[in-house]
Amino acid sequence: MLKSSESLKFRPRRLAIENNMPSWPQPIYLTPKVSDFTLYRSLQDREFFGACACSGQEHFHSRLTLMSTPESSMAVTVGFAPLSPRRLLTLAGIGMILVGMVFGDIFAVFVLHQNAARVGAGLAAAAQAAQAGDSAAVAEHFKSTGDFLENRGTKVDAHVHLIAFGYLALLLALVQPWVSLSESAGRRLAWLFIFGGVLLPVGVFLIHYVGLGYSPLQAIGWASIFADLGGLLVLLVTIAYLAGIIRHFRANRPALSDQLLRDRSTPARWLLAGGLTLVLLGILHGSYYAGVDLYKHEAADYTILSEMSSGAAAQDSSKINQALADYGQLQGDKAVKIAAHAHVIEFGLLAMLVAFFQPYVQLAEVWKRRWAATMLLGSLLLPVCVLLEMRFGLIAGGVADIGGLLVIVALLAMWIGILRYTGNIDSIAKGSHS
Amino acid sequence: MSTRQLLLFGGIALAILSMSYGLWYAVFAEHQALDDIGMSLTSGFQAAAQRNPTDAEKALLQYRQAKYNYDRQVDVHGHWLGLSMLLIVLALAADQISISEKSKRLLASCLILGCVLFPLGVLMEIWSNGPFPRAVAIAGSALVLASLAGIVLGVLRRSDP
Repeated sequence: MLKSSESLKFRPRRLAIENNMPSWPQPIYLTPKVSDFTLYRSLQDREFFGACACSGQEHFHSRLTLMSTPESSMAVTVGFAPLSPRRLLTLAGIGMILVGMVFGDIFAVFVLHQNAARVGAGLAAAAQAAQAGDSAAVAEHFKSTGDFLENRGTKVDAHVHLIAFGYLALLLALVQPWVSLSESAGRRLAWLFIFGGVLLPVGVFLIHYVGLGYSPLQAIGWASIFADLGGLLVLLVTIAYLAGIIRHFRANRPALSDQLLRDRSTPARWLLAGGLTLVLLGILHGSYYAGVDLYKHEAADYTILSEMSSGAAAQDSSKINQALADYGQLQGDKAVKIAAHAHVIEFGLLAMLVAFFQPYVQLAEVWKRRWAATMLLGSLLLPVCVLLEMRFGLIAGGVADIGGLLVIVALLAMWIGILRYTGNIDSIAKGSHS
Repeated sequence: MSTRQLLLFGGIALAILSMSYGLWYAVFAEHQALDDIGMSLTSGFQAAAQRNPTDAEKALLQYRQAKYNYDRQVDVHGHWLGLSMLLIVLALAADQISISEKSKRLLASCLILGCVLFPLGVLMEIWSNGPFPRAVAIAGSALVLASLAGIVLGVLRRSDP
């Protein structure tokens, strides 16, 4: 353990913390700039150390004395103290992404296909009712089809928004060193973000079940109102953090060096380069889809429905059946192409984001590499197999689900690694104050 | 302004624009658009049930237009937000792009421009069926692709361990 006086000298920076904590699989590196940053933040922000492990407890040391506590504890608590905005946003962000992905997987396996079949059956029943000349039954069947579509749409929206807010939380965690706000303001904003980020998907999920019950508005129900409130909170928090960043740059403060952005480890490089390549592939695929398929699909959607309607008016069953089969094929083709495009980009972004958090993942280096490779493999496997679903059916669908599972397991492993890291720095911080 | 600052401000500004747009759309337009899609489709088939092909055609054309608009509104919101996150991540990874600062700034400027233009072109397709909005969207996506390819090469080129 270093002595108090030594910590301010910026002596050799490689700290073999494993001497104190033999269970740690890797040493922690501390550069002078991290310490500079700590000192700088503590001077500009009175509450910076208010977030130590003994929160609420009276300290008998001056601020400088606190700065000169053993360097190990000082180093590891920089910017990642308990309930600090960065820690809150990091853990909540990965948690939101995990929950969103697990929800998406459950939805894909147990709801999506069954729901698509019900939508198809509802459309077929409406076409047959039109053929029989029963207008009331047409309206009834379309109403139930609309309900199935709403059920599907709100679940997809809940899945997408929870994951997107998780990404945004991780991004906001990364930019915290540039946010010139007090620690307590940053923390309150982080809690508000998490509240809004969870409220929106939960509200969207409930839209189908709550409907317009007791709503003061004609078209929007209570679930929708709360969902919009959640979105508004996330928006306001993002604006507040942006104001903090502008304040930082306007004050011409010295350039900050952040441990997370300086990491050049192998898993971090794999994830960054792999993620960026996935994003590029996804945008290329999206451009191809927009150029070749999009307008064709839109025209076909109208043409097939028109065929179905004219077949019903002419009481031509074979024409209706052909149109129904074509419509099912078209929807399937559209769905897999859009899903592949969206997922490859989302997974690419996720890989890039978690690349920055590798210094916080407290796992053995070899396992960090394995989980990085697993994440990249799953990120490629899922969209490729989703694209192949139209040709190979359930086999490709099953492999795609395995790809999704690989991403979830790798992300969970990294999250556990970060939790181990937080547990250790908290115990060090507690030790230094006792 | 450094490349990092450029990408960071561009990304967060785009995220705010996207969320504001999404919030406005969800509160004031989405429910009405979905009702319009459902009602026009139902009307089309009800007209077919009454053996009235002209009304059926008219209703289905209305459905086509409503769905066309709805898809674009949702796409614009989703793409702006996704691209804004990409910009912020790239801002954080700016040090790991191994090309000159001048080239980096040029790529970053092209990327930001592309990220704004591509969804904007898609949005403009709602108001105009002419070639201009499509040209804006294509130019925007070409800028995104070209600048991103340059950045990928810069990251892969990185030689220090």
